[in-house]
Amino acid sequence: MEVAMLVNLLAAGIRSGTPLLFATIGEIFAERSGVLNLGVEGMMLMGAMTAYGVSHATGNPWLGLLAGIIVGGFMALLHAFMTVTLRADQVVSGLALTFLGMGLSAVLGAPLVEVRNAPKLPAFPIPGLSQIPVVGPILFDHNIIVYIGFLLIPVAWFYIYRTRPGLNLRAVGEYPAAADTLGINVTRLRYYYVILGGMLAGLGGAALSLAITPLWIEGMTAGQGWIAVGLVIFAGWDPLRGAMGAYLFGAIRRLPLDMQNISFFLQHPTYGYFMNMLPYLFTIIVLVIGSREALRRRVGAPAALGVPYVREERGA
Amino acid sequence: MRHNRSWLVLGLLVAVALVFAACAAPASAPADTGGETAAAESESAAPAESGVQIPEVEEGKFNVAFVYVGPIGDGGWTYAHNQGREYLEEQMGDQVATAYLESVPEGADAERVIRNLARKGFDAVFTTSFGYMDPTETVAEEFPDVDFVHVSGFKKNDTNFANLFGAMEDMKYLTGMIAGARAAEDGSNRVGYVAPFPIPEVIRHANAASLGMRQTCPECQLDIRWIFTWFYPDLERQAAESMFDAGASVVITGADTPGPVQVAGERDLWGVGYDSSNACDVDPEHCLTVPYWNWGPEYVHLVEQMMAGEFTGADIYFEVDSGALGLLGFMDGQEPQPGVPESVIPQVQEILGKMEAGEFTRFDIFTGPIKNNKGEEIVPEGVTLTQSDLEGLSGIPGREDCTICMSWLADGIVPDAEIPQ
Repeated sequence: MEVAMLVNLLAAGIRSGTPLLFATIGEIFAERSGVLNLGVEGMMLMGAMTAYGVSHATGNPWLGLLAGIIVGGFMALLHAFMTVTLRADQVVSGLALTFLGMGLSAVLGAPLVEVRNAPKLPAFPIPGLSQIPVVGPILFDHNIIVYIGFLLIPVAWFYIYRTRPGLNLRAVGEYPAAADTLGINVTRLRYYYVILGGMLAGLGGAALSLAITPLWIEGMTAGQGWIAVGLVIFAGWDPLRGAMGAYLFGAIRRLPLDMQNISFFLQHPTYGYFMNMLPYLFTIIVLVIGSREALRRRVGAPAALGVPYVREERGA
Repeated sequence: MRHNRSWLVLGLLVAVALVFAACAAPASAPADTGGETAAAESESAAPAESGVQIPEVEEGKFNVAFVYVGPIGDGGWTYAHNQGREYLEEQMGDQVATAYLESVPEGADAERVIRNLARKGFDAVFTTSFGYMDPTETVAEEFPDVDFVHVSGFKKNDTNFANLFGAMEDMKYLTGMIAGARAAEDGSNRVGYVAPFPIPEVIRHANAASLGMRQTCPECQLDIRWIFTWFYPDLERQAAESMFDAGASVVITGADTPGPVQVAGERDLWGVGYDSSNACDVDPEHCLTVPYWNWGPEYVHLVEQMMAGEFTGADIYFEVDSGALGLLGFMDGQEPQPGVPESVIPQVQEILGKMEAGEFTRFDIFTGPIKNNKGEEIVPEGVTLTQSDLEGLSGIPGREDCTICMSWLADGIVPDAEIPQ
């Protein structure tokens, strides 16, 4: 019985952590290149709205997914133009992007609220593997978007830490002047990765509206974009830890619901607040413990994060 | 490279412009987070500039303003109110002009917004969230010539401020009957209820559902999970999943989105939506019914009173016979959803018929003997709860105190369940 509960808990965590996973890894890419993008919430909402709308209009959820990714990328392009080319304040521009995304998705998505069953991405229990006890239901009995998330994690990790372009990415975020002298085009790379981050945020939003909570409802991300921004920090800009944090967050959101019939806990006056705080608290604690290792190895924020790069200017 | 600074300034300006552009659009956020932008739109198409824009009134018409807590695109509570506003416009034609403000945070902001609407010349203001109660009361004192209606509260004055709510518990009772019959037929004998907050309104609805369920399935138990939000799609779904995992074959939601119905569909089980009549559209095959609000007729009724000068402060609590409450599949011109067991349809129709005739009300549901979920007697034989009991009122000026206050869980709810404090 307890095993079954744990299996359900972990499966639910992986499922509902998936949109968060995409957004978190996207933001890791952007921040690794030195650009903070606080517009994740707005990009996710635009991605979610567009994906749902296109899926409804074309009848093909995959086209919807693609459209969500593209729109996320365009939103991020705006941010890249503001912060990389115009060197505007990254915080201000990011916040503006969030407001823009919230407002625009609400206006453009208004007719979609009436649409209640646009085509969704399919559930896909992997034949054979999903039959394995315990492991099967946790890992291999999910919507297809969840497996895309599984694939993204090692790919992102390998790209950032083990490939030459990944090294360039990190260089641009740590010490753009040095990267520049090596012939790396800082501006271009920052554009690339900010846009990639936006595409992944758009994918996260599309995952929500096409698979995880498949509907378009105004403001449906309910703050998950902000959680992604926070997770990036606590994950120490590492996609593996970011993924762990995203899944954990999903699971801990479910835990207090499963535990509600343990009454002494429920009777405490702060139960409701505590319950809604728990995912944040627990994720922070685990990632802080996890980051002790990272601290020891002196891995932290990209040194040039938030600093516009101006060629031949001192500082950077 | 000195021109860089002017680029920076320009960039900041554009960013600021973007912020304001976003504020001018009907931006929104989940109602419970608050602190977000409020936006305005009026039928007379007042150009939106920035921030909270108080709409214009139309000369020669009776102008009615609505203040919404969420976005009209929430597909639930506010959406249903907005449908009611559109119905009011349709029915009253040229006599009435309406305007609305959405995502207005509860509290001090709300008071300012309501006051500005009154000052602007609106003849009536409807405020549709519990947290607008005190602001509405304050402004109603200041503008005796404007009529105010507050939805889901319990305050009023003697002249121009009324409160409005309805006996959704009636529809929840019928919903419980349907869910119980379904669970009995499935052999699960277990139903789930997604409960937003531990407040009298939600407890009353869940209790009514449980009492209804016991009518058609005396062995059934009602599982209940508190989620402490009206609107958080992922959490609403997870609460439903949690109860399906615990063995329920039907989950009824008391929160805003139809997510729990979708979960039911994914598991080939049964869900029940809430708030808005289109909640079943997400998966009609697996959706048993929706108890929904149909605010339109009640709005029309009140506005007609106002225009005739007959409106006064009152506690208005409408019943099914007002036409403002619906149960999908059982109202005029509707067919029961395919998942509803045949056997329960005539039973539901019979009681609904009595409700529509005014012969069966919330007080009939809450008449003893009723036990709580631990088996203790709460309402003795022959005793009927009062309106104050149902609303859990105590210490409210002008209202009697409750004696059997709505802070107990009814028979049928799982014995381990508690009301969080």
